[in-house]
Amino acid sequence: MSAVATGEFQHWQLTRDGDGLEWLTLDRAGASTNTLSAAVMEELRAVLARLAADPPRGLVIRSGKANGFIAGADVDEFGELKSVDDATALVRRGWDIFQELAATPYPTLALVRGFCLGGGMELALACRYRVAVDEPATRLGLPEVMLGIVPGWGGIKRLPRLTGAPAALDLLLTGRTVDARRARKLGIADECVPPRIMENTARGVLLSKPPPRRVPFPLSLTLNRLVRPVIAAQARKQVASRARREHYPAPYAILDIWVKHDGDPLAAAPSDPASIAHLLQSPTARNLIRVFKLQERLKAFGKDSESAIRHVHVVGAGTMGGDIAAWCALRGLTVTLQDQNAERLAPAIGRAAKLFADRLRDPLRARDAFDRLVPDVAGDGVARADVIIEAIFENLEAKQKLFVALESKAKPTALLATNTSSIPLEDISAPLADPTRLIGLHFFNPVARMMLVEIVVGRRTRADLVPAAAAFARKIDKLPLPVKSAPGFLVNRILAPYLMEAMRCVDEGIAPETVDEAALAFGMPVGPIELADSVGLDICLAVGKMLGGGAEPPKKLTELIAAGALGRKTGRGFYAWTGGKAAKGVPGAVPQRLAERLIDPMLAEARAAFAEGIVADADLVDAGAIFGTGFAPFTGGPLHYVAARGGSGA
Amino acid sequence: MTEPVYIVDGTRTPFLKARNRPGPFAASDLAVQAGRALLSRMPFAPGELDEVILGCASPSPDEVNIGRVVALRIGCGLKVPGWTVMRNCASGMQALDSALTNIRAGRSSLVLAGGVDALSRAPLLYSEKMVLWFAAFSAARTFGQKAGAFLKLSPAAMLTPVIGIMKGLTDPVVGLMMGQTAENLAFRFGITRREMDAFAAESHRRVLAAQKAGHFNREIVPLYDRNGKLYPADDGVRQDSTPENLAKLKPFFDRKYGNVTAGNSSQITDGAAWMVLASEAAVARHKLPVLGTIVDSEWAGLDPAEMGLGPVHAATPLLQRHHLALGDVDAWEINEAFAAQVIACLEAWESDDYCRNALGLPGALGRIDPARLNVDGGAIALGHPVGASGARIVLHLLNVLERTKGRRGIAAICIGGGQGGAMLVERANA
Repeated sequence: MSAVATGEFQHWQLTRDGDGLEWLTLDRAGASTNTLSAAVMEELRAVLARLAADPPRGLVIRSGKANGFIAGADVDEFGELKSVDDATALVRRGWDIFQELAATPYPTLALVRGFCLGGGMELALACRYRVAVDEPATRLGLPEVMLGIVPGWGGIKRLPRLTGAPAALDLLLTGRTVDARRARKLGIADECVPPRIMENTARGVLLSKPPPRRVPFPLSLTLNRLVRPVIAAQARKQVASRARREHYPAPYAILDIWVKHDGDPLAAAPSDPASIAHLLQSPTARNLIRVFKLQERLKAFGKDSESAIRHVHVVGAGTMGGDIAAWCALRGLTVTLQDQNAERLAPAIGRAAKLFADRLRDPLRARDAFDRLVPDVAGDGVARADVIIEAIFENLEAKQKLFVALESKAKPTALLATNTSSIPLEDISAPLADPTRLIGLHFFNPVARMMLVEIVVGRRTRADLVPAAAAFARKIDKLPLPVKSAPGFLVNRILAPYLMEAMRCVDEGIAPETVDEAALAFGMPVGPIELADSVGLDICLAVGKMLGGGAEPPKKLTELIAAGALGRKTGRGFYAWTGGKAAKGVPGAVPQRLAERLIDPMLAEARAAFAEGIVADADLVDAGAIFGTGFAPFTGGPLHYVAARGGSGA
Repeated sequence: MTEPVYIVDGTRTPFLKARNRPGPFAASDLAVQAGRALLSRMPFAPGELDEVILGCASPSPDEVNIGRVVALRIGCGLKVPGWTVMRNCASGMQALDSALTNIRAGRSSLVLAGGVDALSRAPLLYSEKMVLWFAAFSAARTFGQKAGAFLKLSPAAMLTPVIGIMKGLTDPVVGLMMGQTAENLAFRFGITRREMDAFAAESHRRVLAAQKAGHFNREIVPLYDRNGKLYPADDGVRQDSTPENLAKLKPFFDRKYGNVTAGNSSQITDGAAWMVLASEAAVARHKLPVLGTIVDSEWAGLDPAEMGLGPVHAATPLLQRHHLALGDVDAWEINEAFAAQVIACLEAWESDDYCRNALGLPGALGRIDPARLNVDGGAIALGHPVGASGARIVLHLLNVLERTKGRRGIAAICIGGGQGGAMLVERANA
């Protein structure tokens, strides 16, 4: 299909209107999402050449795909980079094309509707103006740092000039996205308008040609070349508290590129830690991209199933049940929440209201979410629910009794699911008229932050329920992971020996802070002792017992539980907790091989789980470990880490 | 006779007394929490309703056509029409009546109808003097003119808002507060302060007994606020409303020498009540259980200065039409706007004079057995959220009949402005 020669493009469409404005629409051929592949970028270069020969009065760049503007560069192409030269060429192409875009003699405007991320954001930044469409789906950001790479197409250079350094660095270093209104407030977008006038606005801005946004004084001082190192030093300290340089070089590279090279990553010499060569040599980027792809794989689990889910019924308004109900309502479903009496429901409703207020800035949308969460002591919601989730206390008889009652009232097509961590599905489903109907939906605490949901498949669970359960998980924006029903499933099973080993270290006299520091140095996001306190020491004991094979539980653990110190939820565990934060002292010197001592049991358990076929393949073990336990993502997951190390194991 | 109209089921919120500041829930919030719970109990989907009718005397300005707002918020969907009716104190009963009319006319077969008010959120209004000042300020163009306007601003005018609720409770035709109409009736029928206080104390006593015995459990749906606080029960009722304590209160409407106090009047309250009404065909189609039927209803007009006798004027034609004596009615609900007003109704029916002259009857109609009237207490102890009361008394009446295995009941309500409303209901399977 000859494209450029005949003036027809495959991915881009050009239309000149009566006012002399050119409307450039990206609709990447053969893809459901706009990403800036090599082909797309080369065509853009050709488009700019064409327009150079026949300049319009102004150029609007917009998306022809309903799902968003541009999601970024083509991540698959990253996988095909074999050498530093390849990587440099990829960066240079984007850098050059966007430099050209930024230098056009005619004004340019990006009309951003939906996601505008990474390379797509850099394209928008290269335009003179940006109009963001005021809808919840519109999100702008530069998430490259989360893939272990840096925005290489001008984002580091251009973003601070619009927002000032502090806001820009925050977005660059965290990869966070902002909505349309915040984009306007920060100066990223010149206008934030509803869809009904978005095209008028684009036209109006280009025709009236207001002066392009420049960050005002005194914020402009933060761009001063003498001030940058000071700001960067401060930012570096903040990054260090979350991500160590030896594990995550990308945020430090971003800062160096900004300070030393004004945002041009190609200007760094190959020996410079901020250079592309250096980033490529560290396995972090490769592993983080692998993690990104694992996430996409989990997301794909729910794709094929038709999901007409509108109503969820949750039984149990405790920490898990209440938060699951709140999350489902937040994601737009009607939820009936049941417990033994109204007094047990009220705190869950209060927590839910707080979640809605925090996550949904718009008071109308928060109100709608609150309306959707219906307290239901009598269980009236069961008869019409599409999904029923049991999250009561871990007692077999109680669950059996409940499910028998639910089965008799539920729709025949309703999904019957249990959030149990420790009771086998086969036992719970035994008294049901149709035991093949029960499946596990195992959420993690806190529900609002943990993306993973284990789809637990019992021995008798009907196979066709798995895609339906996965589709439900996707509907509420979680990552489904089908697992076999065996003690601990995948995540708790991997976690338990790690936590238990950590507590045994404390029994031997090593300070909890030191134990945690060893794990943090390895790359875990949270130390095991702090994690145990967060999960709840009683739960740790229960899980440990279930999986421990009869081993004696750590002494300190039983002592603390006997004293009622259950961790964060009671204000005291191994650490004292206030305001949701642990009061940790300074860690001591970390003994040699302490990290290995902690991590090796986890790795061994991961291998055992894989060998038992708890999940379908090794990649899914890694996915579960990363998204369920936060296992150092830069390693690519425990099994990947073992294989990369030489497979020598513990 | 005419097509039966069924009441399938009903719910109400706990009634919350207004306490010097806006209450925790807006009127629409109250109606949403009670309404969605009721719809959860139904075998049909909310979208299958033909319409939603909500009575409300004073929605706040951001709840205009509160019936439609609530219908959307409880998930009825875009296609179910919703509207709002207003007949002062009987707005809730008017909603039921309008539903009944539409069902009888064949326009609807499944209707959600009820009433709500959040009187604690009645607004404070700028006085007329302040409104005119704002208008003048807005018209002022130059800085000098605007500055000059500030010189004319009266702090006194700014700091004396009109209390919206007092306006709402004052009859604009005869210029009397509702409580003063009750004083009129006390005067006319020789009702003493002691009788009023005794009646009020009895209302509290009955509510407390009913709460203890769980008589409200079927109808009340607890309220949950955004701070995780639960409101499980009516909170206006008091343990200490004895005749002795009530006697200590000062008269509220005719200060100094009047008889009607805050203690022997209904309370200012927030609350909502709903019912699902259905035609015979809808009952069959959805296999609905039913509480009972609305057999008939009546609206009457009388002197606003004596509006408290409205129930008498509305219920009497019902009795006549259906050839019923007072004693043929197994349970009565007469809304307790004021103790004096309910007592006056009873006295009116017992008065030869009144029955002959005002009602055109041959003589006194008789006496209502106090054991059949407001058996679980009334608005004096529970509160009177204006829009909701007319619906609450019909709902509770059916629940009382169900419990006592009675057959017939009449719910009647006096209406500010000089009207009365009444409904004759029958228990299902009676």
